[in-house]
Amino acid sequence: MMGHPDDPCAHCEEMMQPYLDHILSEEEMREAEGHLDECEWCRRRYRFEESLRVYVRQIVTEPMPAALKQKLAALRIPLD
Amino acid sequence: MAEASDATRIAADARDRVRFEEEALALSDQVYRVARHIANSREDADELVQETYARAFRSWRSYQPGTNLRAWMLRILTNLNIDRGRRAQRTPPMQGLEANDYFLYDKLAESDNGLSDEDRVVERLSQDDIVSALSAVPHDFRDVIVLVDIGDFSYQDAAHILDIPIGTVMSRLHRGRRILKRELAESVLEEGS
Repeated sequence: MMGHPDDPCAHCEEMMQPYLDHILSEEEMREAEGHLDECEWCRRRYRFEESLRVYVRQIVTEPMPAALKQKLAALRIPLD
Repeated sequence: MAEASDATRIAADARDRVRFEEEALALSDQVYRVARHIANSREDADELVQETYARAFRSWRSYQPGTNLRAWMLRILTNLNIDRGRRAQRTPPMQGLEANDYFLYDKLAESDNGLSDEDRVVERLSQDDIVSALSAVPHDFRDVIVLVDIGDFSYQDAAHILDIPIGTVMSRLHRGRRILKRELAESVLEEGS
């Protein structure tokens, strides 16, 4: 991951999505967490992204209509 | 003797098929959750899920037991969705608000003087804001968001389902999430104006 020697917060932003997806290397993970420990500005934004993902998932999950469930069961191929 | 072994084979076949159908039906809520946002409307999702199950039940023999049945079902579903007339899209040009990941948070937190809890900040987004923002994300990007962030598929499974390289899954996810946040930020800005 490319560094931003002059702007650690920009580098931290670049690592946010991969960090929350758990795909950073151990070294990158330590680097991100080291910065987050010290920087409330970035920490708030990471927490927001995490909450946003959970919130979007909850909001858009609709229960499947019961009638559709019945239609699917009726699609089963009868035994000979 | 031959008759007895035929009967045994037919019985085993029937048992395997029934087991397959039951396992597939047990996944229907999860299949629907993805279909609902890959398709353009509730009605389309309903039809798409039925077509997916009809095809899966007909071609159950091509499923390899022990592999990921949920991913196998979703691969059928995404292929059917493409067959239903969806064409490849051109990648939309990058827009200003996609340039960073923090724009939405900054907009929402602005009016709270940055003091509120992050969990509360997201709650300022309504269900309508989120559903319409997600449906406004171009489908190539939306499919990946729906599979990974809503359907809980791994990058690898999403790549297999959509038949695209894993690197494309990662880049579409990254860009797609930013487009989603841009759409949300725009709806917040509209509401505030």
